[in-house]
Amino acid sequence: MSARPIPWGFVILIGFGLVAPVLGIYPTFLMKCWCFALFACAFNLLLGYTGLLSFGHAAFLSAAAYTTGHAIKVWGLAPELGLLAGTVCAGVLGFVFGSLAIRRSGIYFAMITLALAQMLYFVWGQMSFTGGEDGLQGVPRGVLFGMLDLSDNTNLYYLVFAIFLAGFLLIYRVIHSPFGQVLQAIRENEPRAISLGYDVDRYKLLVFVLSAALSGLAGATKTVVFQLASLTDAHWHMSGEVVLMTLLGGLGTVFGPVVGAFVIIGLQNGLADKVGSWVQVIMGIIFVVCVLAFRRGIIGELGRFLRRPL
Amino acid sequence: MTGTDYILETRGLTKAFSGFVAVDGVDLRVRRGTIHALIGPNGAGKTTCFNLLTRFLAPTQGTIIFNGRDITQLRPSAIARLGLVRSFQISATFPHMTVLENVRVALQRKTGMSMHFWKSGRALDALNGRALELLEAVDLGAFAGTMTVELPYGRKRALEIATTLALDPEMMLLDEPTQGMGHEDVGRVVDLIRKVAVNRTVLMVEHNMNVVADLSDTMTVLARGAVLAEGPYAEVSRNPQVLEAYVGTEQEAAA
Repeated sequence: MSARPIPWGFVILIGFGLVAPVLGIYPTFLMKCWCFALFACAFNLLLGYTGLLSFGHAAFLSAAAYTTGHAIKVWGLAPELGLLAGTVCAGVLGFVFGSLAIRRSGIYFAMITLALAQMLYFVWGQMSFTGGEDGLQGVPRGVLFGMLDLSDNTNLYYLVFAIFLAGFLLIYRVIHSPFGQVLQAIRENEPRAISLGYDVDRYKLLVFVLSAALSGLAGATKTVVFQLASLTDAHWHMSGEVVLMTLLGGLGTVFGPVVGAFVIIGLQNGLADKVGSWVQVIMGIIFVVCVLAFRRGIIGELGRFLRRPL
Repeated sequence: MTGTDYILETRGLTKAFSGFVAVDGVDLRVRRGTIHALIGPNGAGKTTCFNLLTRFLAPTQGTIIFNGRDITQLRPSAIARLGLVRSFQISATFPHMTVLENVRVALQRKTGMSMHFWKSGRALDALNGRALELLEAVDLGAFAGTMTVELPYGRKRALEIATTLALDPEMMLLDEPTQGMGHEDVGRVVDLIRKVAVNRTVLMVEHNMNVVADLSDTMTVLARGAVLAEGPYAEVSRNPQVLEAYVGTEQEAAA
């Protein structure tokens, strides 16, 4: 019964994804956008649909990025297995971090996730396999399922888009599943959910693991695209950026985080060579304007205008 | 067994917050199948008592027996699953879910699908019929598709009762069910409570003495965290200590 986004939202998204490379948009830029869009959607599952603000999601992005990079480069795994290894690793890490963090709520939850992610950042910096400040470089793209050569940018693009779409549809399914209904109840009124007999911690932990694993899938895919995993992925900036993408696009909307990711990555790419590090200031201004003027985010405001959830 | 006569029993229930004893050695016994009212002046410890009974607060001392079983150490969600379900002082609904979804999410737990994140939401449609029945029972059938946040206050309380009923609890704890309501709404909720109390036990905190006189079989008066008097309304309302406790606070309030 919960109102569902209109099918043409999906039509626009999938249509755009299929034709974008033909429109002459730089494919690497697009692939980066899809990776971050998946990352933001996974984050939104936690914040927008369960009401849990994690400030340490860079941990899952980076754990998967390094695992996938190492698995492909050093162990010589095929890309599909490398991606899987990264995703599983992020999910396991999500279980560990989640088990600790869900014991507290609100700002304390956010601080625990931040502290754990910062510890991991330090660990990555000390370990040799990550390459420290240089990062884990030269990850070969390989051949998917022994058939599809990923050194071809078109092949790789459609793989990345397919991964994004699979993750996006899974999240959509989760939101509207029986499990998603309980998540929504927890977000809306946690004591009431408890008084209805729900062990809310189990639900929070499961959604945390799902969110972490999908964030990991985004990080793993990014490693294959850029042939690189670096400390940037683990830095708290990254945890902040995903909050920004989600808020700008529209918290708790299905399409919002995708739009938010494209806008932020687009601005960063477009402005970086024009204004240099002033891009940080511009991001800050966007964030403030977004929170003050249109709190629902781009898609949230559009949905209100159209009187439909998007 | 004498224990079956009382569905809920507390022995020496005590809650101390750093230096202040909110509930002090309360022995409460609620007879099965009755409506039992818990009254007392502001700050007497009624809501704290409720929070202890449903384990939203941990007691400092004392035991709580529900259906012959010691539930003092259980988690709040486990107590709810045993059939002791509470409402809250402020209306506890899920505001951005529809009225139907509010009830359905309560029905959903027993289906065992609640962790199934891969399953379509349509799997829940099988519960819509039962959810609508419950909504009809509280006159909310026409609002099934409404977003809960848009309901007027009295309707939200009715929805809360429907949601609680969805669990088919053996015993309901209602925390000030008529608080903040207009006259007609009070009448509707009183009728509703009488209706749902058939085959159930109800323990309610209530300030409105007309409601208490009208509904309750037994009442317990709390003052300063301890039981002052217990018995049927007619008897307790003439108790000089009770009168003094109430009149006393009213005079203090007027002063």
